[in-house]
Amino acid sequence: MGKISNQHLIEKLTAKYGEQISAISEPYGLLTFEATRTVISDLLAFLKNDEELKFNFLTDITAIHYPEKENALGVIYHLHSFYNNVRIRIKVFIPVSDPTIPTATVLWDGANWMERETFDFFGIQFIGHPDLRRILNVDDMTVFPMRREYPLEDPNRVDKKDYFFGR
Amino acid sequence: MSNFITEITPNRPVYTDNDPQGELTTLNLGPTHPATHGVFQNVLQMDGERIVSGVSTIGYIHRAFEKIAEHRPFYQITTLTDRLNYCSSPINNMGWHMTVEKLLDIKTPKRVDYMRVIVMELSRIADHLICNGILGVDTGAFSGFLYLMEEREHIYEIFEEVCGARLTTNIGRIGGFERDFNEITFQKIKKFIKNFPPILKEFEALFNRNRIFIERTSGVGAVSPEVAMSYSWSGPILRATGVDYDVRVNEPYASYQDFDFEIPVGTTGDVYDRFILRNEEMWQSLRIIEQALEKIEKEPKGVFHADVPEFYLPPKEQVYNNMEALIYHFKIVMGEVETPKTEVYHAVEGGNGELGFYLVNDGGRTPYRLHFRRPSFINYQMYAPMSSGMLLSDAIINMSSLNIIAGELDA
Repeated sequence: MGKISNQHLIEKLTAKYGEQISAISEPYGLLTFEATRTVISDLLAFLKNDEELKFNFLTDITAIHYPEKENALGVIYHLHSFYNNVRIRIKVFIPVSDPTIPTATVLWDGANWMERETFDFFGIQFIGHPDLRRILNVDDMTVFPMRREYPLEDPNRVDKKDYFFGR
Repeated sequence: MSNFITEITPNRPVYTDNDPQGELTTLNLGPTHPATHGVFQNVLQMDGERIVSGVSTIGYIHRAFEKIAEHRPFYQITTLTDRLNYCSSPINNMGWHMTVEKLLDIKTPKRVDYMRVIVMELSRIADHLICNGILGVDTGAFSGFLYLMEEREHIYEIFEEVCGARLTTNIGRIGGFERDFNEITFQKIKKFIKNFPPILKEFEALFNRNRIFIERTSGVGAVSPEVAMSYSWSGPILRATGVDYDVRVNEPYASYQDFDFEIPVGTTGDVYDRFILRNEEMWQSLRIIEQALEKIEKEPKGVFHADVPEFYLPPKEQVYNNMEALIYHFKIVMGEVETPKTEVYHAVEGGNGELGFYLVNDGGRTPYRLHFRRPSFINYQMYAPMSSGMLLSDAIINMSSLNIIAGELDA
């Protein structure tokens, strides 16, 4: 679909960032890789401003929680280059004990609410965000409900236990 | 004509106390206000009729869909997507089905794709009808709305014929549709595309060159393409600024590449441009539906779903009489089908922008994580900053023309 092949993107990014980029894969043709927290600001700015790549559109910011991993919280960026019609997905994994990451609001105004939503549900602190408050949940909520340890329903409920369904 | 908004003040709450003469008024616009269609709260600082600053409060109808989705099998998530943008829920349903099909590598027959295109374009028309009709009402012209609503009713009757429901449709299944379009459906669609153009023409005649309407809307909420893209706008409001981004063309799904249609773009991105653009999109949707009806004629009859027994629920009468169907029914409902452990992002062009589904699957019965990229949520964040400096009545029609749907805003 795009004018730039994923192979070319990988070469260009590994040449610049080397070890800082890992776990490169292409699920369903969408280039996905992990980056470290130290380079993410620089990486996003590079992707946005590079003359050839021009990932000018921030599609989405969200997060994911893998409690069993050491760096349990993952922040996931979806970028889109309108010029080349290519999408890219970047993940940054950070520990629950120190859930901080630089903000992307300096690059895209639209990152503001996306980061607020991510903070609201996963408790990720975006350093440098102009107004990091809860957005969808009530202000006096103390937990971050999309983390895996918070169950959807009342945990004392027994009628929906797996063994009733042979699982 | 007012100037483009090229710089926007940071989106910060401004409950200002340093107003020495006490001339600013704090106005709570919403959460339930007759002029805002849905649950929107904006706390505005007003200097007379003019808005000095504002802050949006959202989340009044937050229903934790992403959390619920982590506990539901794929086919039950469709009902959640209904309740995002409820003005065009078939697009959401189809978008979700296509996401799962992409994950499972299911190839749908062409006839299914064309049926989907018909349903999606009909709901796009319904969505734009509501938006433009209401915009007319908010500018004080009630009659256009009354002309159009009858046509929306006809679209809902088509949906009713296809799936039995009108608003929250739960239309289609993973792999295709739950049943074939019957003869009455085709008759109703044909009747609609015959009867709708004169009515849309009449609606355009009421508004397009209407001096009162033009003076009321042109120059209101004009946005430059740079700012719009920086705010991650998508859909008609982005195209009204002059950016020709449409998911149907950039990343065709459901065989949109087989169709001949145009993507209208605006120039100034103001309320008037958005209005004209939505009207034009309705004409293009009609074109697509006509082509789809022609194409369906050439496809083998009676094909309405892909041959994927592991994911497509068998008909009920077979479940009771056929061993194989019973096994598959059991496997699907109990979630014992193997699914790939991977992640997928799929986007469709919703009624008001790029509706994306980011699905992370761990091979279990339910998604490990499902995130909806909701265009209303992302488009709405510019509303408060862009309102400052506007007249209150302009801010109202600006909100109407952004086509923000509360269900999608709050998920």
